[in-house]
Amino acid sequence: MGVKVIIPTPLRAYAGKQESVEVQGATVGEALTALTAKFGDLKKHLYTEDGRLRSFVNVYVNDEDIRFLQKDKTGVNEGDTISIIPSIAGGA
Amino acid sequence: MNAMRLKLGEALAGRIRAHGVQTYPHECCGALLGRDGDGAAETPRVVSDLVPLANRRDDSPRNRFELTPDDVRLAEKAARERGVDLLGWYHSHPDAPARPSEYDRDHAWPWYSYIIVSVQKGEPRDMTSWRLQDDRAAYDPETIEIAG
Repeated sequence: MGVKVIIPTPLRAYAGKQESVEVQGATVGEALTALTAKFGDLKKHLYTEDGRLRSFVNVYVNDEDIRFLQKDKTGVNEGDTISIIPSIAGGA
Repeated sequence: MNAMRLKLGEALAGRIRAHGVQTYPHECCGALLGRDGDGAAETPRVVSDLVPLANRRDDSPRNRFELTPDDVRLAEKAARERGVDLLGWYHSHPDAPARPSEYDRDHAWPWYSYIIVSVQKGEPRDMTSWRLQDDRAAYDPETIEIAG
């Protein structure tokens, strides 16, 4: 199934400078695996060395955070949009 | 390497300072929208708008700021609607210098511009901008060009 993955500006350099990428997959995990297979450099920015999604990377399906759904097993349908959202924080 | 440049209108610079004064002694924060150059020294990034946001760190707002993923999505949506990019973020350092802290570096992303305004005793002081190096080892300064 074709889903659109929206790439945040800091990661576009690792995704062919594209704002969004169309990939195939029945779950978020499958879609992101397809994405990182296509753009290998993205992998280290999204996943830890042991293959878990980094804590400062948030993933949404349409308007829902997958942490509150079935995480990477969250199902996706044709036409859904997956958004990769960076966590933003800092301070003096 | 070429010095990186960020163009910021005086009115927008004034809004960032005013936001820092308004939230003092807490940190303010918000998004920078605009157009990226092509990385060459002669084509700076240009900030065309701001999205002021609320600091979500209730426990330590004097020296920390944090945004929710929904805040970030709101800023990205605002950029898309205006046909520009989300270029980065601004925040204030109340009673601290306008230099990125270790905490800033630990939480930063490459590519984004990070503007910091120092607010000393309620008065806005230095404003600086920084970009994290790709290997996350350090920040590179980015020259802010204030334009009328």
